[in-house]
Amino acid sequence: MTQGYGPQTTDYRLIKMSRKLLLEHINVPGINTLEVYRQKGGYRAVEKALKTLTPEEIVEEVKKSGLRGRGGAGFPTGMKWSFLAKPEGVARYLVCNADESEPGTFKDRYLMTHIPHALIEGMIVASFALGAKVSYIYVRGEMMPQIRILEKAIAEAKAAGWLGKNILGTGYDLELYVQPGGGAYICGEETALLESLEGKRGNPRIKPPFPAIAGLYGCPTVVNNVESIAAVVPIINDGGDEYAKIGIGRSTGTKLISASGNLVKPGVYEIELGLPVEEFIYSDEYCGGIANGKRLKATVAGGSSVPVLPANLTLKYANGEPRLMSYESLSEGGFATGTMMGSGGFIAFDEDQCIVRNTWNFSRFYHHESCGQCSPCREGTGWMEKVLHKIEHGHGTMSDVDLLWDIQRKIEGNTICPLGDAAAWPVASAIRHFRDEFEWHIKEPVKSQSQNYGIANYAVPIEKAPVTEEK
Amino acid sequence: MLKVEEQTPVQLSSELLAKFDEVKSRYPEGKQKSALLPLLHLVQAEFLWVPTSAMDQVAAYLNIQPIEVYEVATFYTMYFLKPQGKYALEVCRTGPCCLVGAEKILDHLEAKLGVKEGEVTADGLFSFRGVECLAACGFGPVLQISPEYTFYENLTTESVDKLIEDLKNKS
Ligand SMILES: Cc1cc2nc3c(=O)[nH]c(=O)nc-3n(C[C@H](O)[C@H](O)[C@H](O)COP(=O)(O)O)c2cc1C
Ligand code: SF4
Repeated sequence: MTQGYGPQTTDYRLIKMSRKLLLEHINVPGINTLEVYRQKGGYRAVEKALKTLTPEEIVEEVKKSGLRGRGGAGFPTGMKWSFLAKPEGVARYLVCNADESEPGTFKDRYLMTHIPHALIEGMIVASFALGAKVSYIYVRGEMMPQIRILEKAIAEAKAAGWLGKNILGTGYDLELYVQPGGGAYICGEETALLESLEGKRGNPRIKPPFPAIAGLYGCPTVVNNVESIAAVVPIINDGGDEYAKIGIGRSTGTKLISASGNLVKPGVYEIELGLPVEEFIYSDEYCGGIANGKRLKATVAGGSSVPVLPANLTLKYANGEPRLMSYESLSEGGFATGTMMGSGGFIAFDEDQCIVRNTWNFSRFYHHESCGQCSPCREGTGWMEKVLHKIEHGHGTMSDVDLLWDIQRKIEGNTICPLGDAAAWPVASAIRHFRDEFEWHIKEPVKSQSQNYGIANYAVPIEKAPVTEEK
Repeated sequence: MLKVEEQTPVQLSSELLAKFDEVKSRYPEGKQKSALLPLLHLVQAEFLWVPTSAMDQVAAYLNIQPIEVYEVATFYTMYFLKPQGKYALEVCRTGPCCLVGAEKILDHLEAKLGVKEGEVTADGLFSFRGVECLAACGFGPVLQISPEYTFYENLTTESVDKLIEDLKNKS
């Protein structure tokens, strides 16, 4: 019998509470109001930025901070800002990406619901740095309650002189608007988002030109995730160098992790980048372990689009070293034995969950959400959904597994936007690490309808686990 | 082909048109088409769905072709192109919610309401459907009810029963 990992391996009482930059005041009553937010030091970053810094100096601080985009791609924010074209007499735009639709990700909703002014404060500083006079927060349409919260907070900020004409007497004007989406995951892709904001279908644009050159209404535009923009506030308050001291290596600062699935305490956690994955899952400060005393089978560490990993590879690299919650560490081992940070949507699967069923579910999602512009994505996601449905429901054949592998390979890299890759990777990684489970569904068509494959050897300490080599 | 119900003629009220004006003012001169998605949400909040005649009036208001409105209304999942129940329940059906029982909630709604996904109950009060991830994965299973998009988390079959009773009593 194999032993699952558990809190017995580390003494978590020794670990001290880590520093919070975004969620420090989350439990303060009334923190959603301007008054309480101000009492807790809110809008200091706007004062500092507008009164004492030039736009170039702000961009420099953000560069120094090492902040990487929190929307999924992890592109350095300061660098993105410095690429913004500044032709004479042409408007520039900042658009906040609050489309949050990646399965497993719910941190932006959380931040906007509880501390809306953190986003608004970040928007003002970032808009000033980029020279934007009108900025939009594009919120997925389903988040109507959050749209109402943001609109109320914007009205409060405007009435207090933080928005509008001649902010703080500095001569800087800024209008901030909330734009609802219409229900489409693809509008999280930044060029689809811009199309949608222009009142069109959310079809991603062919790049180049990048939004930094031709974005909203053809004007230079920066698109940033909610969390990236909120992180600008502590960066300006404390300085980029201070921010860069937090975290590990090129993964600086703190990150909001959305934790879901079979955990004792699912929810949104702010972690210092570099936290061991094992500590995140099992310590009481974070997820508190696997629910109902069960064992961990697998995780999807960065939102549905990133590769799924079995428990052993989640906690440790193939060489047995502990895996950390950082951009580099999560991708250690490449796709053969690693995964990605993505948007920080951490989904945990206990021993009773079925990988085939979940892979089918995710395929249905990508098929449903494909915008349909590229045939590999439009057709391929549909085929994958069908084949996976067939296997999951006890009608699969052995050649179906190879067929699936073939389809995903033909989608990856052959599409206009990364949704195609995002649909391919979960399927590829499920076959790579859980092939036995797919084959069991095919060999046991009746049993697999009433039973689960179980944990098998996925939680075996790495020395003993077979590591599949592929790719 | 457009069905008869989709051709139901409706009149946009002057209150609604005043809201349209406010939305349109958020965009630069000549970029009024940006108002399209928010306007369709306003239409849906008023009629609980988006009739074709309303789309035509939105097109005229924004000075764009009707097809530009239809292609948007059919692309996005939130716009109902036919009448729904007064309470349109939308349950998340994506992976993380399924790990904690979303499929049971969908099955339960079907049994409880006695209609299939997408159909409306005889009293016109309820319809339901599964939708993709609603960004509340840590609090699943979840459902939302349009047009206010009130949100319900950590659902159980009992809490769904209670919700339905409460909504019935409210009407
Ligand atoms: C299919 C798809 C969906 C995406 N969804 C989101 C999203 O919901 N929120 C987000 O911030 N970025 C999303 N992105 C990433 C954006 O394209 C973009 O990289 C990001 O908004 C940039 O902001 P950042 O640099 O601050 O991360 C998505 C990308 C793809 C391909
Ligand atoms: S990859 Fe898919 S979602 Fe992206 S543009 Fe092509 S068809 Fe659309």
